[in-house]
Amino acid sequence: MATTLVLNGKNITLDADPSMPLLWAIREVAGLTGTKFGCGMAQCGACTVHMDGQAVRSCVLPLSAVAGKHITTIEGLESKPAKAVQAAWVKLQVPQCGYCQSGQIMSATALLERNAAPSDADIDAAMNGNICRCATYARIRDAIHEAADTLKA
Amino acid sequence: MTTRLDLPELQQPSRRTFLKSAGVAAAGLLIGFQWIGSGGRAMAADPAEGTFAPNAFLRIGPDDSVTVIAKHVEMGQGAYTGIATILAEELDADWRKVRVESAPADAERYANLAWGKMQGTGGSSAMANSWMQLREAGAKARAMLIAAAAAAWNVPVSELTTREGVVHHAASGRQASYGSLAAAASKLPVPENVTLKSPEEFRLVGRQAPRVDAAAKSDGTAQFTLDVTMPGMLVALLQRPPQFGATVKSFDASAAKAVPGVVSVVQVPRGVAVVAQGFWAAKQGRDALKVEWDDSKAEKRSSDAMLAEYRQLAEKPGLPARVEGDAATALAGAAKTVSASYEFPYLAHAPMEPLDAVVKLTADRCEIWTGAQFQTIDQANAAKTAGLEPQQVTIHTLYAGGSFGRRANPGSDYIVEAVSIAKALGANGTPVKLQWTREDDIHGGLYRPMYVHKLEAGLDAEGKLIGWRHRIVGQSILAGTPFEQMMVKDGVDHTSVEGAANLPYAIPNMSVELTTTQAGVPVLWWRVVGSSHTAFAVEAFIDEAAQAAGQDPLAFRRALLAKQPRLLGVLELAAEKAGWDPAKPLPKGRGRGIAVAEAFNTYVAQVAEVTVDEKGQVKVDRVVCAVDCGTPINPDIIAAQMEGGIGFGLGAVMHSAITLKDGKVEQNNFDGYQVLRIAEMPKVEVHIVPSGEAPTGVGEPGVAPVGPAVANAIFAATGKRVHTLPFLSQGRLA
Repeated sequence: MATTLVLNGKNITLDADPSMPLLWAIREVAGLTGTKFGCGMAQCGACTVHMDGQAVRSCVLPLSAVAGKHITTIEGLESKPAKAVQAAWVKLQVPQCGYCQSGQIMSATALLERNAAPSDADIDAAMNGNICRCATYARIRDAIHEAADTLKA
Repeated sequence: MTTRLDLPELQQPSRRTFLKSAGVAAAGLLIGFQWIGSGGRAMAADPAEGTFAPNAFLRIGPDDSVTVIAKHVEMGQGAYTGIATILAEELDADWRKVRVESAPADAERYANLAWGKMQGTGGSSAMANSWMQLREAGAKARAMLIAAAAAAWNVPVSELTTREGVVHHAASGRQASYGSLAAAASKLPVPENVTLKSPEEFRLVGRQAPRVDAAAKSDGTAQFTLDVTMPGMLVALLQRPPQFGATVKSFDASAAKAVPGVVSVVQVPRGVAVVAQGFWAAKQGRDALKVEWDDSKAEKRSSDAMLAEYRQLAEKPGLPARVEGDAATALAGAAKTVSASYEFPYLAHAPMEPLDAVVKLTADRCEIWTGAQFQTIDQANAAKTAGLEPQQVTIHTLYAGGSFGRRANPGSDYIVEAVSIAKALGANGTPVKLQWTREDDIHGGLYRPMYVHKLEAGLDAEGKLIGWRHRIVGQSILAGTPFEQMMVKDGVDHTSVEGAANLPYAIPNMSVELTTTQAGVPVLWWRVVGSSHTAFAVEAFIDEAAQAAGQDPLAFRRALLAKQPRLLGVLELAAEKAGWDPAKPLPKGRGRGIAVAEAFNTYVAQVAEVTVDEKGQVKVDRVVCAVDCGTPINPDIIAAQMEGGIGFGLGAVMHSAITLKDGKVEQNNFDGYQVLRIAEMPKVEVHIVPSGEAPTGVGEPGVAPVGPAVANAIFAATGKRVHTLPFLSQGRLA
């Protein structure tokens, strides 16, 4: 069965089981591997993508639920906040093992797109669903502030 | 042309050196792995025409590209950047042109020099064992490039200098890039001797060279095993038994095979594998699979029952791990005694990337793609499983999405599973990816063991520590592994007692004892190994002893560490930077705690500040960390590893536990097995002790002191001691 959606700005039809989680459709059918598998039950955020601009967990979202939706993955980030977040991630040397960072960056970008100047508490609230076992959390906080500052400038 | 670097003969380390440096084994392994050394293998990639590849660690291309070949896995700890920094320093390379490539599995050329002839990463040893080896590799290459320029320009070598990938001749103003000299340099002999830089000449070491992997890990392009795909590749999920030690009695694959996309269902030694065209089909197939298990040899106890047994065992003497003076007499005659027990749960490593490996197996060859941490052992285990010789096994080491010790295991469990599935499928060259789910990971065993510690201390009338007894009860990590012979001595597993048996405090009468228990739960080292529990017990208890003596915890430790300058150094630095002052306690409801530990020859002290509210909710506000890891190679990575180690350790002591009910693991995923999240991450300050000593590792040691520093801070805030980990229950102090 085929599902049509807008993936990273392009119309795409994915021929897959409609109950397949979006994560696996993105990775194994569309071939975009930046989005990661961490828990399969929306506990860790490694699979975070944007659906119509909102951060969602693609590991629990069936393909059938995204028909006609705009899905953005780490490969499709283009907005100014997204670019600022990625630049801040490199500048502050956030990643360690790096496996969770696509999801972290997707959550951080969605935060900055709705809140241009988040406080530490805003960051903690928005990012608490994204686990990093390397515990890069302090730098994630700093990098989001850094990105917010560069967007203001 | 490839010229081999003339490295000094690998010295088999003495047991003592080895134990100090590794926490993972060496010489004992040589017995099992002596097949290594039957000739080198090809370079990581055959050098192209005009490429300068003077040794196994470096290629310089005619385009000025500098490729450093990393023998250690990059799993977050910064090994790739550190390795490249060391080599690029002596080479005088242009850092912007440096890239890192993973070495093939080859113990002949890529051994961890701390372990003998075995390639692998662990025990925070990557920088320590690479330091002289890669400096020499870089310096010899630089000498050859200079020699090539000297010959071309007909000038003496002594008139040439190098900087950022260019050879300069000041007198004539001539210069040449390394790339332009590569072809000529590759025809020259490798020099016998070379002078290394003095520390004042360092341009990269001690600076903040940016991580080589930061960009790829910020745009989704970094390749993990999860991301490996190749034409015709199948994905396998393995149904393992619900209890450790159970085996397959029978299975019914009909429903699994009915799932569209499922290709095959095969039994292998560790369970039943469902093999499909993709993850989702494999997952649905496995969910539909019916397996009957034979639990006659399974571990069926609950962890509560095991804990009760451990508590009783802690009341009895164990095997001696350290004896100084006469602890029994000192304790009996002490003016004051204090005692406490500490209980530690099983812990899963739970790296973000669930375990995975891709295998392509044919009748005479096995090719593996994975974030391998023990390449030599993995190669041997894969070969044995496949029925091949180790030389027929190729390992492509990829980025590992975390490990924390999990991917370094003597049985190579996940790799052996993948190879056994490929074999069951007919060894027909079809690539197959074994993918673990998070539930597989949490249920998958090889946990940090559960332990009970009981400590007793005796003080004289002046409050001086005169006696110390420390009993440790728990499973051995190394018993039954190839490492046993090397690291289990007279019944004492070094990894059970490190951090306790080498207690640095000057106490005249001491007895450290170990009782090793038997359980069917597989166990393994977990970040910082023994010190993940011993440092907690020692540093929490020394605080209790200080309290009994009526002394400030810092002053009490200081007096006992007079002959431990590096421990004392970090202790004083952390205290100073944190503003430690017994005359100025924090306001009510807040507290400050201190702890210090040595692990893998790195010294770390931390001061934690906590707030505890009336409901018993704990917030760790700040951790000030001082670290002495010898010559700091990359201060920013050192800081990052301290920050990360603090967060990793904090999550464990606050939340994490694996428990068993009737032999079945009670946690399934990150809902039940909780770890640190961002809202709980304290502010962290890291201070690095300037040092000219040889560098030591930073991946693990930062984990050791955070638990006891926080526990001691909770005491300062509440008057309550933490004796059971994790210390939160339903989000509150238990």
